[in-house]
Amino acid sequence: MIRPDIFTETATALKNIYETQLPELRQLKDWQSKYRILMTLGKALPAFDSEWHRDEFLVQGCESKAWLLHYQDPVTTQHFWAFDSDARIVKGLIILLLVQLNGLTSEELAHAKPELLLNELQLQQNISQSRSNGLLAVLNKIKAVI
Amino acid sequence: MNFNLPALRQQFPFFTAHPDWIYLDNAATLHKPQVVLDAMHQFYSQQNSNVHRSAHGLSQQATAAFEAARSTVAQFLNARCSHEIIWTSGTTAGFNQLVYGLMGPVLQSGDRVLISSMEHHANIVPWHIHALPFGVELDVVPLTADYRFDLAAFTELLKLKPKVVSISHVSNALGHIQPIAQIVRLAKAAGAIVVLDGAQGIVWEKVDVQALDVDFYLFSGHKLYGPTGIGVLYGKTEYLALLRPLLGGGEMIKTVSFLRSSWNDLPYRLEAGTPNMAGAIGLGAAILWLRQQDLVAIQQHKQGLVQRFYEGCKQIPALELLSGQTTNAGIVALNLKNEHPADLATLLDQQKIAVRAGTHCAMPLFQAINSKGSVRFSFACYNSFDEIDRTLAALTTAVELLTE
Ligand SMILES: Cc1ncc(COP(=O)(O)O)c(C=O)c1O
Repeated sequence: MIRPDIFTETATALKNIYETQLPELRQLKDWQSKYRILMTLGKALPAFDSEWHRDEFLVQGCESKAWLLHYQDPVTTQHFWAFDSDARIVKGLIILLLVQLNGLTSEELAHAKPELLLNELQLQQNISQSRSNGLLAVLNKIKAVI
Repeated sequence: MNFNLPALRQQFPFFTAHPDWIYLDNAATLHKPQVVLDAMHQFYSQQNSNVHRSAHGLSQQATAAFEAARSTVAQFLNARCSHEIIWTSGTTAGFNQLVYGLMGPVLQSGDRVLISSMEHHANIVPWHIHALPFGVELDVVPLTADYRFDLAAFTELLKLKPKVVSISHVSNALGHIQPIAQIVRLAKAAGAIVVLDGAQGIVWEKVDVQALDVDFYLFSGHKLYGPTGIGVLYGKTEYLALLRPLLGGGEMIKTVSFLRSSWNDLPYRLEAGTPNMAGAIGLGAAILWLRQQDLVAIQQHKQGLVQRFYEGCKQIPALELLSGQTTNAGIVALNLKNEHPADLATLLDQQKIAVRAGTHCAMPLFQAINSKGSVRFSFACYNSFDEIDRTLAALTTAVELLTE
């Protein structure tokens, strides 16, 4: 069973990252410092049960795997996610997408372009070229809930 | 020894375009010397006409150039005649034709086929598509503890009397050179048809198909300094003659009525549709270029690169080397303990080192060794010792970032 508080705990963690590490990332110029932060972002997320590493939640990228859980609040119609990945950089990149998307309504989600942040931070030049790390597949799956 | 690395590298225009990159993804595809590009350009700009089809002189010229490339390949492999060379679009396409073609004439329900644990998907999936649904059974030679071909287990498995034994010449994931002479000898003694996947092997050493006595040998042009979209299925005449064509149409026919068709002679029977003429001519040019190089010196250079890289890796803590240092055709696969190969490869990419991470189209191999995959460094004749040293420095930086 998926415990519902995984979504609230993830939302809190994402909010903290948005407020603390994201401004820090924007300041940094050299790639080493940026990747150093990117690779530790995942540690702030709540533990993801290995029991949820199930095929139904799997987004298969070429090199790494990601598991994505989704919940929509029936009252507010907001979308929430919880997730895991077996690669640290991809996990960090997914976090940077979700800090912008978590809690949005379908309409807001339809207009969101979260990949622009990755360009701005110079972490992923062009998401359509990221087929090999599976990030595009993750973004498509996130947006598919609409 | 006739090996001048700067002069050799100069012949590859790609490096002039990308002076700041270190390209160590050579097992995926090689760069092309200028003479290959020139030959293709010359074909399109001066010789282009459809081959074999028209009586006009232009078509005859194009046909002559196209067939000359076939002869170049035949001589390179020491085939008995040029009709033993079938053009394909690559190793994968060649395997699909081969496996489809064997079903019926050679393989029937209940027959067995033997492959190894190190095979590329190109030597696995075609069996799944074209053979297993018709009752053929697939057996797999296991690995030794140091991830080599297990000859003792192979000898045992031959007692199951496989009709076909299909093994890679060089493992694309690990770089290990398989004992092909023994494999062919033992398999033939057991009465099997022997296929070698030469996609990685052809660029490593001279292959003499008659001396080896192998029945089929496949490779891709783009892994032999040639263009993409062209490859070779070599087969002994008597075995090629058995193959059912996978594709129909074009010059592969003798006569066609609405209800039936009869097929042309070899090699055309297995080459449906307009062939990749420029590709064949480019591959011919690549082989002629390669024959002018000192192949022994290139082999020694690549061994030197592997050794320098390997020794350097041993100095970096927490690196786990999957490949062995000897009997290695120029590929080193490794992992950083407890880290995902994709992370290591991304941090190398940041430093403009092009390597491949993942399971390298050999998923069953990584299942067998219980690993998520690897980062693969593959070397070619044009790589330098300086590039190895810079790669080791970049690798050290990446490892430090991941382990701090
Ligand atoms: C050992 C081996 N076999 C087959 C192939 C497939 O070659 P291609 O993709 O050119 O058809 C490759 C290429 O990666 C390979 O390394």
